[in-house]
Amino acid sequence: MNFSTTSYKRCEVLKTAGRIDGATAPELEVALKAIMDAGKHNIVFDMEEVNFLSSAGWWVLIGTQKECKKLGRGEVVLARVGKTICDSLKLVGMEEYFKIFDDLTTAVGSF
Amino acid sequence: MVTLTFPGRFDSLEKISEFVQQVARSASLNERDVYAVQLAVDEACTNIIEHAYHGEGVGDIVCSCDVLRDGIKVVLLDRASPFQPEAVPEPALNTPLEEVKSRGLGLFLMRKMMDDVKFEVSRQGGNRLTMVKKRK
Repeated sequence: MNFSTTSYKRCEVLKTAGRIDGATAPELEVALKAIMDAGKHNIVFDMEEVNFLSSAGWWVLIGTQKECKKLGRGEVVLARVGKTICDSLKLVGMEEYFKIFDDLTTAVGSF
Repeated sequence: MVTLTFPGRFDSLEKISEFVQQVARSASLNERDVYAVQLAVDEACTNIIEHAYHGEGVGDIVCSCDVLRDGIKVVLLDRASPFQPEAVPEPALNTPLEEVKSRGLGLFLMRKMMDDVKFEVSRQGGNRLTMVKKRK
């Protein structure tokens, strides 16, 4: 799985493509941890090209959100989440834990 | 009925997903329901690897798909010890972020995504999970 990170003044944007499942969720975890290890805790996860997200991926995002929000250090927000993924997030109440933005500019501008 | 056997490994998940996607589309499910079937099957197979086999490369997952008159039926077989779904607690949803725990979400999702979810002990040993999604 390929990841790209773009640094903005107030946040980092992490982007990847394809499936996030039990096989690839650990790679997402490593990519998010690398951002946090660099002392950055305002993160936009750009999901425009993510076409599948199982609960293994959600737990990585939840774990990262817990770390980022600790001591008010920052927050993970989601951008450009596909409709089917968004529907399943809402079904289990996961959307309560993340701000979700339809476009990347607004997501970056939220910080 | 089409049956394929996959090694019980996380890198099988994508191939299993492609297989059920293909059959769900041929059953004329809409894209939202195709995704629902893929997600339920993915969660089920992840549970088999993690909680039934307790790791990768321990046993196979046999996946059968059947196009029904009004939808699709997916049957997953493993050779692990009997699974007791009633022993899995309901996930605590709508809880504060710091208290959210992962246990039980996969099973909850499978039941939410599919119209029917049934666990049985297989006659050949192992578990037989049958899930049905009806065409909307």
